[in-house]
Formats: sequence, C-alpha cells, structure tokens
Amino acid sequence: MSTDTELLAIAGLDNLELGGALQPRGPGRVAKSAWAATWPKLLAVAIVLVLWQLVVATGWKSYVLKGPTVVLPTLWHLMHTRLLWQAVGITLRRAAEGYGLALVIGTVLGAFVARIPPLRAGVGSIITGLQVMPSIVWFPFAIILFGLTTPAILFVMVLGAAPSIANGLITGVDYTPPLLLKAGKTMGLRGFNLYRYLILPASLPAYVAGMKQGWAFAFRGLMAGELLVLIIGQPSIGVLENNYQDLDFFAGATSILIIILIIGIAVDTVFTSADRAVRRRRGLLEAGRAG
Amino acid sequence: MSMLNGRSSPSDSGPGASAFPGLTIVADHVPEEAPAAVRLTEVSKVYGQGRSALLALDKVSLSVAPGEFVCIIGASGCGKSTLLSLVAGLDSPTSGRIDTAGQKVTLMFQEPALFPWLTAAKNVELALRARGVPKAQRRTQTQELLETVHLGDFGDKRPHELSGGMRQRVAMARALSQDADVLLMDEPFGALDAMTRDLLHEELERICAERTMTVLFVTHNVREAARLGDRVVLLSSRPGRVIEEYHVPTGGDRAEDSRDVAELAATMTGRLRQEMSRHVD
Repeated sequence: MSTDTELLAIAGLDNLELGGALQPRGPGRVAKSAWAATWPKLLAVAIVLVLWQLVVATGWKSYVLKGPTVVLPTLWHLMHTRLLWQAVGITLRRAAEGYGLALVIGTVLGAFVARIPPLRAGVGSIITGLQVMPSIVWFPFAIILFGLTTPAILFVMVLGAAPSIANGLITGVDYTPPLLLKAGKTMGLRGFNLYRYLILPASLPAYVAGMKQGWAFAFRGLMAGELLVLIIGQPSIGVLENNYQDLDFFAGATSILIIILIIGIAVDTVFTSADRAVRRRRGLLEAGRAG
Repeated sequence: MSMLNGRSSPSDSGPGASAFPGLTIVADHVPEEAPAAVRLTEVSKVYGQGRSALLALDKVSLSVAPGEFVCIIGASGCGKSTLLSLVAGLDSPTSGRIDTAGQKVTLMFQEPALFPWLTAAKNVELALRARGVPKAQRRTQTQELLETVHLGDFGDKRPHELSGGMRQRVAMARALSQDADVLLMDEPFGALDAMTRDLLHEELERICAERTMTVLFVTHNVREAARLGDRVVLLSSRPGRVIEEYHVPTGGDRAEDSRDVAELAATMTGRLRQEMSRHVD
C-alpha cells in the first residue's frame, strides 16, 4: 500500500527532480557538519597565536608586550577568581536586559511602522538615521540624562539595537511574497489571522537577520558603556579592562579581551544557528550553497 | 473540412451537431435563464487611467453551469488571469456584473504558492483552520485530502523537499480543503513537464468526477484545454473578448494524444491563428 502510494506520488519526471532530497539526515552527517563548522575557528585561533608569538619574538615593546605563554596562564588564573565571574555575570545581565528591551521596543516599533503608512514616512527615516550613529557618541547624552548608572548603558544599547530589529521586521513584512498573500486571502485568512499565520512567519528570516545585527550593535554599545560608565560596586568586564589598563597589566587586559571575544562569538553562534535553522526549514540554505 | 469524428453520442444535440458529429461549435451564448454556478455579464476591466489605461477585458459574458468544467484559452495578455481574479473576488470589475450565486470560490495558481515554513500537511491544515474546521477533525481531514492526491506518506515534508508536481498536488489538496463549489485554476500545470502534467490531468479528472465541482481552468495550452474541458472558451487578446466557444463531446478517448483531442485542438489553433492575423493587419 505504502509503496503503491509512493510510486504514484513520485511518478513521472518528478523522480529525477527529487534526487536525494528525501534522504533522512543521519547522525554521521550531523557530526560532519559540526566538524565543518569547527575547524575554521580552530585554524583562526592557531593563526592568531602564531602571529602573536612572532611579534613577541621580534622584541617589539618587550617591556609591556607579553606572549601567549604569559597571557594564557594569567587568563587561567583569572578564571579561578570570584571577581571575574562576578564581572562576567553583571555584563551578561546587562546584555540580556538591554537586548531584551531593544527586542521589545524594536519589534513593537517595526510592527507599527510596517503597517501604518504615515508612520512609515516619518519614523522610517528616523530609524534609518539612527542606524548610522556610532553608539559611543550617545554616551555623553545618556550620562547627562541618567548619570553614571546602568540605565545610561541600557539606553545606548537600545538606541543601537532597536532600529536594526525594527528594520528587519519591516523588511520582512515588505517582502512577503504577493503570491502568498493572494493564496492566504483566497484561503480566507483575514486581519489578525493573516498576520499570525502568514505575514509574521513569512517575515521571520529577515526578522532574525535584524535581530542578529541588533545584537552586534547592542554588544558594542554595552562594551563602550562599560568602559565609560564606571559604577561603584559593579565590577563588570569593562571595569576590569579599565583597571588593568590603569595598572599597565598587559596580560590581564589581554585576558579580558579574549573573554569578550569568546562571549561575542558564543552569542553570535546562537544567532547564526537560529538563522540557519530558519533558512533550512524553508529550503533557502541549499539554494544559497549551490550558488 | 473533413469529418472530425465518426463517433456520435446522444448528448450531441446543440446547433452544428449534424455537420460535425463529435464536435459542436456554439456561436451564440448560453441563454440567460439557464441556472449558472458562475455568471459574468458584460464584464469589463480597465487598468490605469487616462491615456495609459489598458482595457484588459471587454464586455465578457460567460455562464458556467454547476459541475461544468470550462477551459478558458487565449494568447498571453488576453486577460485570462484577470478574469479569474475578478471571479475570485480579489479584484473588482470596472463595469458589468459577476454572480457566483453565493458559492465558495477558491483559486489555484501556476506556482503552488505553498507556505515554505509549513509542512505539506500543515499547509493543508491551515486552510482547514481558516475555514473554521474544529481541531479534532483537522488531522483526519488533512490525511484524507493528501491521500486523495496520492501524497499520504509525504505530509511531514516541507515544500522544498517535494518535486514541482508534488507541490502542485499539495496545492490541489489545499484548494480542495476549502470545500469550495467553484475551483478557479490559473494555468496550474503550466510549469510542469509533459509527463507530470499528464498524470495530474488524470488526477484532476478523477477528483472532479468524485465530487460536484464547477471548474474554470485557464491555460494557453490548446491540447490541455481540449483534454480537460466540457467546454472551451476562446478569448481574444487586447482587449480580452469571447470570440468562440467549443463544446467538447462527453465520452470517447480524451487522452492528450487521442484523435478527438488532437482535432479539436487543431480547430481551436486555427481559430486562434485567424484571430492573431487580424491583429497584425
């Protein structure tokens, strides 16, 4: 019965067209793709370590510049102190708060601007304008408004990230294929249901891309903020970096840089895999790879 | 002109039946009083305004009986798709009246227009949900519909994992799920290879035989029209106007390579050529 149905289903030239598309993804393929994603990163780390060691070997600024053999043990040591983890915790909490706020504001803003033409004309240009502002220039403004407080940092993060998120959503809504809209309307999808079942899911790839870009802006804003807005009793990553600079502690400052890099890469990986998952589900990934 | 077909069936009783047994050419329109599933009365559609205005349809009158399969054929730009959009209610005519007698109308396109983020089954299920079918019944109905188009085992596949023909079948299942009385098809098999198209013709024929559905099928493929239609309506180009109607005899061999279909197709092609040369003059 099932083979009968299958024969009927993929009869004709369909057989040729389908190729191996109906093959399931085995565990072997998953391991292979995980390795494919990992080795370029390992290679990058190796290249950086080699170049770094070469610069140290030339003896350039040898009174401050230390090689990986000094910095990596310092990093290891720092990772066993409570202070570092407290700082990482505070930084990550701010990241979550600022980004979460930007996500809510950007999404609400994007949803309204996408659907209300008068808002589109005015607010749309403001959103684009905000995107070209480097986040650091907002800090004097934010510090005047909020003082040296966490809200000042969150304010700048939101200003950086929300426009990207809003723009992503607007782009997604704009590029909902007209044919799908027609199909949805013939099906009887109207008003809220048209949004819920058609326009929002159709916007998802652009929205996720906007979220990813928004995170990059938010993280930059956060790091700049932590270097400028030093709050007593709140040892953040930025504060540690600042302190080690004051102490001319090269190995410590470099260790913090490595930690910032690791946090950035880790979060970026989450967004990249979300982005890929969305694309894979829609069959956009294979097409992209073939091209 | 040679005799088209030696076989004559009792249903051939229209004007012209004696001259062409097996093929009836009807020049005059179906009488207004006949019960119709879809009735277009002097429908015109103008796009744009002023000097750039384009007359897409010019006083098209057409009456489709319940359960009838009508093919609309014409060169590109003859307003075939416009006609379907108007009947589907996606657009409104500039003048004239369209009456679908309060029936449910659904539309199928040349592209499957499936939602790429949903599986085949979920695509069908969404149409059921939009129609307000209770959740408990949706699953079984979806499975039944997919089996109707021979895709019972492919419900969990996403559109991009299916072939062009399979996608168009899912689109057909989705159209059927809307439980419409009138199915409008806008060159639904135009993008498929000949073999797949042939199979889908058979499937469409079987599905139509299983239920009473009025079908308006737009195509630019003369043989496809002769193969599928109970009646074929020829539209002229720019502006679209009904220039001829052909009644296709029921019964007999309706395969696309059969003599009946080939000869009817040849007659229609001749008429279309004549229409085109009129444009050149």
